[in-house]
Amino acid sequence: MYKILKRKVIAAKTVMLHVEAPAVAKSIQQGQFIMLKLNEYGERIPISISGWNREEGWLRIVIMGAGRTSNEILLMQEGDEFESLVGPLGTPSHVGKFDGTCVLLGGGYGAGAIIPVAQKLKELGNRVIGVVGARNKDLLVMHNELKEEVDALYITTNDGSEGIKGFVTNALSSIMEKENVAWVMGVGPVPMMKAIADMTRADKIPTYASLNAIMVDGTGMCGACRVTVGGETKFACIHGPDFNAHETNFEELMLRQGAYKEPEAIANEKFKDFDFSKI
Amino acid sequence: MADLKTKDRMKIKRTEMPLRDPEVRKHDFDEVPVGFTMEEAVLEASRCIDCGKPHCVEGCPVNINIPGFLKALEKGDMQSSINILMNTNQLPSICGRVCPQDQQCELVCIVGKKNKPVSIGNLERFVADYAMEHNLIPDFTPTEAMEVDQKIAIAGSGPAGLTVAAELRKLGYKVKIFEALHKPGGVLFYGIPRFRLPAQVIDNEINNLKKMGVEVELNALIGRTYTVDALFEEGYDAVMIGTGAGLPKMLGLPGENLKGVFAANEFLTRVNLMRADKFPEYITPVIVGKDVVIIGAGNTAMDAARTAMRFEPNSVTIVYRRSRDEAPARTEELLHAEQEGVKFLFLNNPVELIGDEEYNLKEMKVIKMELGEPDEGGRRRPIAIKGSEYNIKCDMMVSALGFGVNPLITSTTKGIDVNSWGAIVVDENGMTTKEGVFAAGDIITGGSTVIMAMGQAKTAAKGIDRYLKAKREVK
Repeated sequence: MYKILKRKVIAAKTVMLHVEAPAVAKSIQQGQFIMLKLNEYGERIPISISGWNREEGWLRIVIMGAGRTSNEILLMQEGDEFESLVGPLGTPSHVGKFDGTCVLLGGGYGAGAIIPVAQKLKELGNRVIGVVGARNKDLLVMHNELKEEVDALYITTNDGSEGIKGFVTNALSSIMEKENVAWVMGVGPVPMMKAIADMTRADKIPTYASLNAIMVDGTGMCGACRVTVGGETKFACIHGPDFNAHETNFEELMLRQGAYKEPEAIANEKFKDFDFSKI
Repeated sequence: MADLKTKDRMKIKRTEMPLRDPEVRKHDFDEVPVGFTMEEAVLEASRCIDCGKPHCVEGCPVNINIPGFLKALEKGDMQSSINILMNTNQLPSICGRVCPQDQQCELVCIVGKKNKPVSIGNLERFVADYAMEHNLIPDFTPTEAMEVDQKIAIAGSGPAGLTVAAELRKLGYKVKIFEALHKPGGVLFYGIPRFRLPAQVIDNEINNLKKMGVEVELNALIGRTYTVDALFEEGYDAVMIGTGAGLPKMLGLPGENLKGVFAANEFLTRVNLMRADKFPEYITPVIVGKDVVIIGAGNTAMDAARTAMRFEPNSVTIVYRRSRDEAPARTEELLHAEQEGVKFLFLNNPVELIGDEEYNLKEMKVIKMELGEPDEGGRRRPIAIKGSEYNIKCDMMVSALGFGVNPLITSTTKGIDVNSWGAIVVDENGMTTKEGVFAAGDIITGGSTVIMAMGQAKTAAKGIDRYLKAKREVK
């Protein structure tokens, strides 16, 4: 059904896949996501989308091995199929034509997720700057693909092995000094998104974060993905995933993301000592 | 038994459904009622006096010919019995198990005036199971001559969607159901626990529909994967929306996002659909606390309480703001929950959820309630007793307070009006304000029962048939 048409290892424990899903590829828009389930025993997990081909009917996804399911996906090969794939889910990113520069920041898998947003922003006539961050240069992914879609690309690494030494926020602060920044979006680990929100708050620059809450069905039915935004409970799967970062309760999101730490470790025991170097 | 006099029939004692031992069953997910034997079923059916004005038929939202199928059963004519049953109800093995008979057909059964009412639900279940086991399910596949060259798209494979599919396929229409999840059945599958409605029963009913030629596409969310307008562009002649209520209602209390606080849908979905009871063989986890509190006293609340019980916590307590008399759950569900050790705290209402420094739920502050004057619905209004707050130990809370309506389809389709609380508005034919689009089930009521959804679905199916016939004539 949902066949892997193309697979490429793009960094340690990271693959890029093209997955056959014609109906989703036909209707998906920037910032939307899918729910994937591997097989009868699998969980449903939300996956962001880094590109698609409407004519050929496939989606591009980037998977970094972390928990049981993402590790299983690392071992899947071209021709293998997912049992279930549903989408596009969520509300598309709130883009428009802005009076100034748009900055998109991606950390980890988020570097791929911001690509469709960058494309849409360009299509609408904006100046777009991309920022991709990783711990070191070997963990950088999708920066070359993003580079094609933006007016300028900044790379940051924690150890300085490539680009600016530090975090994506180091790049953001220098962009904000040089340019009239009108719109910002961050996709990646919660501390990164929170740091971005803190940096743009004083200047009241509209800033969005794509919230990666735990989900079960992904269609609004279960309420697992509750987040607090502007003091109100929202469902990340249908009201989001993009929310006003200045109003998002990131501390709560982080605590809730850790709710299943123990069972997640049990489920992932299979991969505890697994050698992923030869995938 | 056919020659029994009414007087004698009235004297026969109601056969109660044999149940599995609570001490055994509360450790597993196998079905709780054991089912009647043929002898028990025939004896129970003979209690129906075949009265002149069967109120039970009117009491049934889909108007099953109840005396008809009971008298056929009494005679041992199982083929006629199932034929009569399925003539009006496509999902008898499900309804026999989950309908609130005590509030519908059995409530108005005339035998119940002097004796206990006929056990209609259990007999419906018996006939349906017997027919399935013995290959007596009538074949409703339309003949080639009956085939109609018009097709209907149905969003959602829950009770409403399945009913419309069956009714329209019988008439020869081409029917396709679109289901967002990876398994069909909607709330029947993700919401109702296996110990009350075994998965096999749902699968059997859906397979029957497939045999009739109903198509099912999984992993397709109407409003996103395909919009309603896209379905019309693809050549569908009518669209039926049976997507259910959708968004669970949260309490709106401080602490509602603490870890350990669940909407009933999440808890039940993790277990029923994702099989978290079999973790880690199945990857989806669930963490059931030691002291579990369920808010609400409807069927979903009982389902959540009894599901929690099967994870062997210290305690499971139902907190409900009214008294037992107002609890909306089927009498049987309340009883089964009690038998399994669920505790009830009536006339109490949560006011605050209290967590620890790790954001884990630890305690719940509740306030005592008393009943005041009846409200518009006729139930006495619960009023908080000032200053009566106290804390109870609670590391898991499941809210079973009903649903808000999922705005997905109405927000992606122009012209479908909703009422003030977001439910889709339909006319007497089940048609929405958009031509060719019909709706039934929780999406028009905001949350009700399986059988109410099926009743509305039958209305919508008739409406669709009328609409499409008119369209054919224009051509």
